[in-house]
Amino acid sequence: MLMYAEGLKVYPRNVSKAYKVVLFLAIVCGIIAVFVHLLHGVNFPFLNPKGQIAYQERQLLIFTSLLSLVVVIPVFLMLFFIVTRYREGNKKARYEPDWDHSRVLEALWWGLPCVIILILAVVTWNTSHQLDPYKSISSSNKPITIEVVALQWKWLFIYPNEGIASVNSFDFPVNTPVNFQLTADAPMNSFWIPSLGSQIYAMPGMNTQLNLIANSIGSYNGSSANISGTGFAGMQFIAKATSQQDYNNWTKSLQDSSSVLNDTSYQSLAKPSSYVSASYYKLNDAYLYDKIVLKYMTPGNSFAN
Amino acid sequence: MSQTPETQQAKAAFIASKVGLGFWIYLMTDLVLFASLFATFAVLRNNTFGGPGGPQIFNLPYVLVETIILLTSSFTAGLVTISVSRANKRLALVFLAITFVLGLSFVAMELSEFSHLIHDGNSWTRSGFLTAFFTLVGTHGLHISIGLLWMLVMGYRIFKKGLTVNTIRQVTLLSMFWHFLDIVWIFIFSIVYMIGVL
Amino acid sequence: MFGRLTLGAFVHDPITEITIIATMLLALVGVIFLFKFKLIGWLWKNWFTSLDPKKIGVMYLCVAALMLLRGLADALLIRAQQATSVGASHGIVNADTFQQIFSSHGTMMIFFVAMGALFGIINMILPMQVGSRDVAFPLLNSISFWLFFGGVALINMSIIVGSFSNAGWLAYPPLSELAFNPGVGVDYWIWSLEIAGIGSLLTGINFIVTILKMRAPGMTLMKMPIFVWSVLCSMSLVTFAFPILTATLTMLALDRTIGTHFFTAGFGGDAMMYINLIWAWGHPEVYILILPAFGVFSEIVPVFSGKRLFGYKSMVVALVAITILSFTVWLHHFFTMGAGADVNAFFGIMTMIISIPTGVKVFNWLFTMYRGRIRLTTPMMWFLGFIVTFTIGGVAGVLMAVPAIDFEVHNSLFLVAHFHTMIIGGVVFGIFAGFTYWFPKFTGFTLNERLGRYAFWLWITGFCLAFIPLYILGLLGATRRLDHYVDAGWQGFFVIAAIGAVIICAGVGMQMLQIVVSIVQRKQNLVIDGDPWNGRTLEWSTVAPPPEYNYAIVPEVTERDEFWVMKKKGLQKKTNIVYEAIDVPKNSSFGIFIAVFASLFAFAVIWHIVWLVIVALIITILIIIFMLTRDREDDTISAKEVEEIELAAEKNRLYA
Repeated sequence: MLMYAEGLKVYPRNVSKAYKVVLFLAIVCGIIAVFVHLLHGVNFPFLNPKGQIAYQERQLLIFTSLLSLVVVIPVFLMLFFIVTRYREGNKKARYEPDWDHSRVLEALWWGLPCVIILILAVVTWNTSHQLDPYKSISSSNKPITIEVVALQWKWLFIYPNEGIASVNSFDFPVNTPVNFQLTADAPMNSFWIPSLGSQIYAMPGMNTQLNLIANSIGSYNGSSANISGTGFAGMQFIAKATSQQDYNNWTKSLQDSSSVLNDTSYQSLAKPSSYVSASYYKLNDAYLYDKIVLKYMTPGNSFAN
Repeated sequence: MSQTPETQQAKAAFIASKVGLGFWIYLMTDLVLFASLFATFAVLRNNTFGGPGGPQIFNLPYVLVETIILLTSSFTAGLVTISVSRANKRLALVFLAITFVLGLSFVAMELSEFSHLIHDGNSWTRSGFLTAFFTLVGTHGLHISIGLLWMLVMGYRIFKKGLTVNTIRQVTLLSMFWHFLDIVWIFIFSIVYMIGVL
Repeated sequence: MFGRLTLGAFVHDPITEITIIATMLLALVGVIFLFKFKLIGWLWKNWFTSLDPKKIGVMYLCVAALMLLRGLADALLIRAQQATSVGASHGIVNADTFQQIFSSHGTMMIFFVAMGALFGIINMILPMQVGSRDVAFPLLNSISFWLFFGGVALINMSIIVGSFSNAGWLAYPPLSELAFNPGVGVDYWIWSLEIAGIGSLLTGINFIVTILKMRAPGMTLMKMPIFVWSVLCSMSLVTFAFPILTATLTMLALDRTIGTHFFTAGFGGDAMMYINLIWAWGHPEVYILILPAFGVFSEIVPVFSGKRLFGYKSMVVALVAITILSFTVWLHHFFTMGAGADVNAFFGIMTMIISIPTGVKVFNWLFTMYRGRIRLTTPMMWFLGFIVTFTIGGVAGVLMAVPAIDFEVHNSLFLVAHFHTMIIGGVVFGIFAGFTYWFPKFTGFTLNERLGRYAFWLWITGFCLAFIPLYILGLLGATRRLDHYVDAGWQGFFVIAAIGAVIICAGVGMQMLQIVVSIVQRKQNLVIDGDPWNGRTLEWSTVAPPPEYNYAIVPEVTERDEFWVMKKKGLQKKTNIVYEAIDVPKNSSFGIFIAVFASLFAFAVIWHIVWLVIVALIITILIIIFMLTRDREDDTISAKEVEEIELAAEKNRLYA
């Protein structure tokens, strides 16, 4: 007969257990209280969306989470039940040391997850197409185009049709689809306005697209979501959704601005700097964005390494 | 060690099967390495950045000669294996030497192709396409060179020690390696040179 | 003469300098201690040059433990920085240092802690579980370990001479290219992983051949312990995935040394190709880590439930399914790179499909416990902690597998929380469970249970406090890798996370205490017959600690859980055993020398010391040629010695 080693010390289960449970619950309550306090007054941009894209993505998040609970809750319930009932000390529970297979159970836990994943797969296929960043947003308002250049370490916004540009802050009209064209004159970045929706990478020598829309007036935080060097944490920007009138005023004032963005002033703007405050320009070169993209694709350019 | 000839032979066979399997798996990993380089070449093949593309720099007849040389060397490597199985040390060394010479010619031709390209200003620093080309073909050439070094060492060992259990095992692995490189070359010839030009 | 290595490379900021000096003083004390007690010769003969996989395994575990401490130190610094760097304050370190810290944290934890610990455990357990005396290629095993150590040496060297990479644990180009990162940091990262990666690849081949060729007679594939299946699947992933890493790192290295244009911005380079390649390796890598952890749990749950593993066949199918599927999902790491809806949807769906076999395993474990007799020992506690955390992390994973959701949480702290949940809840808890479970086998005494439980509770509490805030922060819009932020509402969560990290460190401290106390109390916790847990698989049939050759007589296997079956039939004391001489591999220092010169080669490439590059490369090749052409000999343990060892062990064995 085999004997267990004498050294196995199992924690004594007696009076101190009640004390342990109370202490445990007290600590958990305390921690939860701290969390509740911290959550008070913070804004969850993803859960409190301000644009149609973000809204649809939030719905998807809720749906998928609920679907997952169909599996998770039974697992936790079963875990709790099994561990309590079949503990070694409980001699009343049935002990079947050689029972190790069941066709029914296997069918159930291969099959049920398959069904859930099938549902999720259909939803995934549909929403990936509906919420494709490249897909234009249908609206009665005409879309505007903003060209975005990720620099080291700030964001440049070029409005080719309005003839203006700005750094680290840009305005656009509410309820109007915005078609972003993105590139970088810097390492890979990711353009992200969580209140409005999806992010997309901005890469040198390449052009990506993103379509967003804001359905409330307000200022929304944006950042870079991919590390691009030492100053990347300073790449915060503001996306301001304003009324159509305010937007028109804003573009007008920039068109009359004395600060001018042309090829020369762009070269100095592109030099590394971080935590820069917002600045605004009149755009003197409608093809500046294209030149920046092509910079990496054409030989003879001094920047390309 | 009090082991009978039977147990020694069984032991040798067991070791050979382990080593054989292990080397096969290693060759498969090498294949994955080449696959990564092929994938990269496929992606970069049109990134000529204003420089020459395949049709401008590839000389198909030249590459055909390289291919024939390499294929023949695979044939002679097979003859080495046959000679070894017939325990014919002298013949094995002869075919090994021929295989070596053919392999060396292949490498020489490839180096010549590379140096012409570099001389014309079309080295790997010129474009993504040339980067991928030089690296893929160059990695294959590097493997061939390691094979040639291996042949020198094997030739010397077989010459000195004859066809023992160890040398037979090692020359078998060498021929596996050589045939593998030949197969990779077929892919390079087809995907890089032929499709590149057509 | 020294390439671009100058004295300036040895100068760092004060905190780093103090750390370096303190560490070197400690090391000096250690070396003097070794000299004084004449331990260096002992270490060399008994450990460093040993080809016994059990010893190699212990060395892997020791190095992994040390790197865990370094990785945790990095983690504490990260948490401290992010808890303080808000608004006007810029925290305790500058941005560049912070970026080096998290880059080394990730690199170290994955490559040197997780991989190292798993290779260590597998080295020790695998041969015994298949009824073998050794792995297929003992010398290759030693070479693999020393190459691993070479990688460790290089990454630690980067603090002392030069600096480390600031481009994250995967060093995406163009940030990692010369134009944006001309220094040595990225090069250290590349070469440390190149060297260690080759070691991993060789280990993969070694273990596969061991499993396929060296099982005890009668042990068919479906009679193998499930842990062995998990190792077979994991090592298959290693052999398929690591060549991709080697190729990709080499391409980046070529870009940074000879001016190629694989991933540069401009000149026809394509950075997106790097991302595809590195994740084609990177995703299988995380399955390489988790599958053996699954295997460990599959061993532990049956033993501590006193019941057969439920659905063995199903578990095997699930393992194989996960293995194959893990090659079809890599794009989910960059849905936001703009591949288009069709491609994104395909990879998203494949990612979700992987959750099916994973879920199957969870149910099989639950039903192994159902109608069993569950003993809640420390290994089982780690298992329960795993189920809870891994399930939650898995849900987060399924969420992010939907591309449209991922668009909002990609690269945020939500992602960071998810993968830490999977790796800590899955891999780390699995390693701890396995360590506690198999510790008595190799030392002859059990670990202190009480301290083990305290360690578990500290770990899981610390883990929850450290990572639940991160899920929240991700949804608040916090990107990963930020050295500074402006929203004061985030700070409270960062502070909680910092407290959690400290509690995790307390957990590790408790584990260290546990080991010390267990050693001191070992005589009270002796494992008389090598089977402290009433185990089921073959490794428990040897004495503790096992002899060098594992089995004097190679066992014959008739069933799965062969040892359990043997015990049920009643272990008979064998009489008239005729012991035979056993060959064991002779010690060898080839591994050490190959690793030394390979690491020198790497160091020379990093610092552009051309003559050393050539010399080190040539010497490495010469050593390899010499090693492959030497006359091979084994040591023999004579039949008489075997008999003596076995008889001494017999005295400790109990029979019916």
